[in-house]
Amino acid sequence: MIVGERKPFDEIVGFVRDCKKILIAGCNECVTVCCAGGKKEVGILSSALKMAFSKEGKDLEVKEVTLERQCDPEYVQQLSEYYDQYDAIVSMACGVGVQELAMSYQDKLVFPALNTNFMGASQGQGVWEERCQGCGACVLGRTGGLCPIARCAKSLLNGPCGGSMNGKCEISKDVDCVWQLIIDRLTGLNQLQMLEDIFPVKDWSCAGHGGPRKVVREDLKS
Amino acid sequence: MRLTYPDSIRIIRLPCTGKIDVIHMMEAFRKGADGVYVAGCLEGECHYLAGNLRAKKKVEYTRKLLDEIGIEGERIEMYGIAASDGPRFAEVAKEMHEKIMDLGPSPVKRVVRKGVPS
Ligand code: SF4
Ligand code: SF4
Repeated sequence: MIVGERKPFDEIVGFVRDCKKILIAGCNECVTVCCAGGKKEVGILSSALKMAFSKEGKDLEVKEVTLERQCDPEYVQQLSEYYDQYDAIVSMACGVGVQELAMSYQDKLVFPALNTNFMGASQGQGVWEERCQGCGACVLGRTGGLCPIARCAKSLLNGPCGGSMNGKCEISKDVDCVWQLIIDRLTGLNQLQMLEDIFPVKDWSCAGHGGPRKVVREDLKS
Repeated sequence: MRLTYPDSIRIIRLPCTGKIDVIHMMEAFRKGADGVYVAGCLEGECHYLAGNLRAKKKVEYTRKLLDEIGIEGERIEMYGIAASDGPRFAEVAKEMHEKIMDLGPSPVKRVVRKGVPS
């Protein structure tokens, strides 16, 4: 899932300081699961903003809505009937959702309430870790299914650096060295020889270094 | 026992403090409460194992959020009180009442009196 977390409250207040009526839009997908921008968090932000305004002696009217997804036009369009009644839209989706709203509602200010962090996985309640950077040419087939792009601080492709110590990355004792994990896993699978093939220079053009990316499926296009 | 506690306190009953959510505490403040405290069972004595521990974390989260908004986080508190301990219940009520009296009215309250919240 895409993992995000709420921006500092002051930053959000700063966006809407001059508004009288706002629409807070949550998203029912990733950000609901990582407890950052679902229906519940929309309610809490709405309550918090109203209180912050009350404190200043001002009123704030808030419409709370949580779309099924903010990264699909059919759901984004659901706001079209009433969005113009509000001074601004605060999106609690990931950066993708914020942009879909901004592109769909050209005449409306749209602000992000979250910082979008990474593509990751839940590691128990309240903990999420980065797992993939969307490099566009997945190497997991050669690394025992563990990603050295996203999970090695240096994105090394041919084994660990000299800083790997007791299974931990040199950047922090709380971060596993993914190369240690890869080696342990391939050893367990009796497949360590897989690492003898030297990785050629990786093509980063499909990793975003060649500009914004796009996927087109001719068979699905309307 | 015929114990008394301050009449400023309004009790909202829950089956377990594990039921409480951040939004409930936030809305209490938004609607004009000067303070909120959650009275759960003693730690280690939750019938659902961790309801009171979860509530404690939610109270802490709400406290931080209130601080971020600029409302004193001390206005919210979690207490562990045994269900049978009436005297402690009354004592906590008094303690909280006094703490809130010292802090004065909540900064959101002035506007609330004008009838804003809905
Ligand atoms: S190799 Fe690339 S696509 Fe595969 S998990 Fe890592 S970052 Fe993601
Ligand atoms: S210690 Fe391991 S994870 Fe950290 S930078 Fe070196 S190889 Fe990468």
